[in-house]
Amino acid sequence: MNKVFKDASSAIFDIESGATLMLGGFGLNGIPENLISALVQKGASQLTCISNNAGVDDFGIGLMLKTKQVKKMISSYVGENKEFERQLLNGELEVDLIPQGTLATRIAMAGLGIPAFYTPAGYGTEVAEGKEIREFNGKMYLMEHALHADFSLVKAWKGDTLGNLVFRKSTRNFSVAMAKAGNITIAEVEELVPAGEIDPDDIHVPGIYVHRIFQGKDYEKRIEKRTVQL
Amino acid sequence: MALDKYGIAKRIAKELQDGYYVNLGIGIPTLVSNYVPEGMTIMLQSENGMLGMGPYPKEADIDADLINAGKETVTILPGGAFFDSVESFGMIRAGKINLTVLGAMEVAQNGDIASWKIPGKMVKGMGGAMDLVASAKNIIVAMQHTNREGESKLLPQCNLPLTGVGCVTKIVTDLGVFEVKDNAFHLLERAPGVSIEEIQSKTAGKLFVPDFVPEMEA
Repeated sequence: MNKVFKDASSAIFDIESGATLMLGGFGLNGIPENLISALVQKGASQLTCISNNAGVDDFGIGLMLKTKQVKKMISSYVGENKEFERQLLNGELEVDLIPQGTLATRIAMAGLGIPAFYTPAGYGTEVAEGKEIREFNGKMYLMEHALHADFSLVKAWKGDTLGNLVFRKSTRNFSVAMAKAGNITIAEVEELVPAGEIDPDDIHVPGIYVHRIFQGKDYEKRIEKRTVQL
Repeated sequence: MALDKYGIAKRIAKELQDGYYVNLGIGIPTLVSNYVPEGMTIMLQSENGMLGMGPYPKEADIDADLINAGKETVTILPGGAFFDSVESFGMIRAGKINLTVLGAMEVAQNGDIASWKIPGKMVKGMGGAMDLVASAKNIIVAMQHTNREGESKLLPQCNLPLTGVGCVTKIVTDLGVFEVKDNAFHLLERAPGVSIEEIQSKTAGKLFVPDFVPEMEA
């Protein structure tokens, strides 16, 4: 078994135009920086991107928007990106906005092998339009479907050669569920270690979900809002 | 005098109880954390995956791997925990959060809230707001009483696309504190020096005014 690739561009060799991708991260926190750069370089277009946010104008998924590689975004909040808003209002980009918890859980269900579930989020709003509505114990719920992707692209802090992943601080966000939901999951890590070096008790994503892994480089880890105590 | 945003946050802080797990939205709600009463332990939840959110870091302690749901650099307090977004919304949906404070563009007298979209103008997305309002039992809205055009944000019904239905229990504005029940806004307190007449004139929805309405304590 060899899951280890030398870099991002070799790990995305089979991502072609028209693919559906999940990209981990929350804002710019814990995003797969190397994989995004490689996608921009490769130029695969007409992509459907599932990601909580759409990056900022000049970083994260924003880089792929600038090059018009994205056909459709599936997100919960896209407010930090002017280019996104421009493309959307001009009809150049499709967007599906989904409540954040519903988005996270739809992704998780794909990794759990469950096709659909009920959630109260969005009941009575435009999010509920066209969806099955059902009452449980006097409360109204919408049926939501599991969300799958051809490829999941995630970034973890540490990983081993068998694909086991460990995250740091608030970077687990959407990445844990996405790693489990991809038909093919590609993980970039800040530090790649031999199998056996990570304590099995510490593993957030077991390697069974991760098909390809490589050690990333030149992490910028850009901060969106640098707030400090006065 | 009408309250400023700090005054609104300070008043909401009086709703806190020791041991509460609290989710604070972006804007005025975030300020509530500055007014937690002495000796009270409150655990703040940030929906990107953290309990025990602490204050902003000192310059030297900034960590790019640690942000809150507003994408601001923050710290985590002793006893805090990290988790992923699925678990974060699991605890929200399962009703583990004792108090949710968020902003709004409009609230209706039946407790409907609109906070995420202005058709044709603003397309930012709902983030976690729909999940929060659909599951929280105790939702306080922190907002200005009127919009920039001076129109009431407390309405018979919302005009903007809804975030959730029949969910808001209390509103704290610059003018007063309102309980939302029985299809009306019940005036509980007024801001210092603000008259009942002013509140009446700036509230488009059905307003119930009891015989005695105390002024908010400073």
